[in-house]
Amino acid sequence: MTHDLAMGGFTGLYIFMLAAFTGWVIIGRVPAILHTPLMSGSNFVHGVVVVGGLAALLNASTPLQQGIGFVAVLLGAGNAAGGYAVTDRMLAMFHTSDAKPATHRRHAKHSKKS
Amino acid sequence: MFALLPPLIIGAVDLAAAFLFMFGLKRMSSPVTAPSGIRYAGVGMIAAILASFLYVFSVDASARPHLAVNVGLAVVALVVGAGVAWLSGKRAALTAMPQMVALYNGMGGGAAGAIAAVELFGGRAHGPTALIVTLAGALIGAVSLSGSLIAWAKLDGVLNHPLRVKGLQIVNAVVMTALVLVGAVIVFSVMSTFNVVMAPPLWIYVFFGLALVFGVLMTLPIGGADMPVVISIYNACTGLAVGLEGYVLQIPALIIAGMMVGAAGLLLTLLMAKAMNRSVANVLFTKFGDEPKVAKGAVKGELKPTEAGDAGVFMRYAASVIIVPGYGLAAAQAQGKLYEFVKLLQASGVSVKFAIHPVAGRMPGQMDVLLAEAGVPYDMIFQLDDINDDFKTTDVALVIGANDVVNPAARTDKGSPIYGMPILNADQAKQVYVVKRGQGKGYADIVNALFYANNCNMVYGDAQAVLIKMIEAVRGLTSAAA
Repeated sequence: MTHDLAMGGFTGLYIFMLAAFTGWVIIGRVPAILHTPLMSGSNFVHGVVVVGGLAALLNASTPLQQGIGFVAVLLGAGNAAGGYAVTDRMLAMFHTSDAKPATHRRHAKHSKKS
Repeated sequence: MFALLPPLIIGAVDLAAAFLFMFGLKRMSSPVTAPSGIRYAGVGMIAAILASFLYVFSVDASARPHLAVNVGLAVVALVVGAGVAWLSGKRAALTAMPQMVALYNGMGGGAAGAIAAVELFGGRAHGPTALIVTLAGALIGAVSLSGSLIAWAKLDGVLNHPLRVKGLQIVNAVVMTALVLVGAVIVFSVMSTFNVVMAPPLWIYVFFGLALVFGVLMTLPIGGADMPVVISIYNACTGLAVGLEGYVLQIPALIIAGMMVGAAGLLLTLLMAKAMNRSVANVLFTKFGDEPKVAKGAVKGELKPTEAGDAGVFMRYAASVIIVPGYGLAAAQAQGKLYEFVKLLQASGVSVKFAIHPVAGRMPGQMDVLLAEAGVPYDMIFQLDDINDDFKTTDVALVIGANDVVNPAARTDKGSPIYGMPILNADQAKQVYVVKRGQGKGYADIVNALFYANNCNMVYGDAQAVLIKMIEAVRGLTSAAA
């Protein structure tokens, strides 16, 4: 791996700028009702840090680096998997008055019985 | 030829992953397309992780003898980390979402910090730019880790009271200055191979230690009601740290995902702060709740308690009801019972709407998620601006476990700490019922004039118990009539 910043300073900065603008514009239109899933969804997206953790761990050459690299992958994988699990769960619950998902049917049945 | 193939595949897959993240987040801007949005992003994630194993073909010469061990470690870390987090995410109660997000966010920050540590200890970051960017990512990642863990502890009830020590801001300033100095020493000593007092690795330990302490000190004084803003800030911080480490590692997918989340988190933070009519700096640095409270004598009238059953029957014969849920509803896990009650009212021809304040609960939008879990269709849920004019033509406002977001002092009392915060106009309804655990004040510890108003009655008790009584009372009417 090369670490002399082959992707020149300005190319990196352009990517920074465009990505930041993209995030700002995309999120600006999300209705308040979705703010929690959105936060946990974006939380999931930065779980991609696990890829960086893998790159670091695979290039580790001392026990110290291996140990820290292991922690990096462990935490990154947790970030990604956990973020996905909670976001998916929350999003599955949103529905309108017409379309009713499984959770709602269960509740309806329950209240009829009691 | 073969040597060129793996980097090419990694590049192509990462490009696709970056697209899927953007496309997925875009689809999350509507409740209809949102579930598919997270799945697109998920596909991108899995592809990026699998592709990154192709790095084995291009590892540093020094790491080659350790390759088998490293791959083994990577697989174990992936399986254990993802497995534990997946199970915890699937099992956690919906009311625990704020602390789960805080926890996963801290993990991401910790991962970014750990990557920086590997780069620094491995001495792979050479130039001043690479070193400074690595250190910046390390700092932000480590602060995000320890800060998120404190936020998690606060939300989970492990830490109950904001810790406020005099002079803490001075201590914070000292720690921050020390961090900048230690960072400068690391850059200087790595660049010049000249040891300042001690070898660079020791300074790196000091740097991480200080950064973790700084995250703890920053978060400890902030009260639970301000946690939505804090989680949002740390989410943005982790994104930024990931972006910076992506720059160091030369992985554009990390830069794009990280910066996108960083900007999104910043925007969300500003929206939250605006909803409370405070600046982000005010949330972080002022001791909210320590300011002078509304004088006891200033509030006229008295608290008028009423029975849950009576309130339930009153609502049954009302034409319209608006429900204002707050953190108390989440704490009592009463969202299911609430919707059961609402369905009874609807069956009797009562028009029912939900009014959500932007900062109700412990996370932006937490109430929306709770109501969705109970099965409430989202077209019954209205945000502040869309519903605030309806209160004056509504028969009953039912406030459950909310306090500061309906406090009229925000409109009138310039001395109140929440003065200027947009509130839900529950006090303008003809009749107001407030379901509350006890006579104590809200999380922000401010007297609420609404509770003393002539048109307001208090229903004391746990939200779940109160709603069960209301349901029984309304059912009793129906069966008596039949």
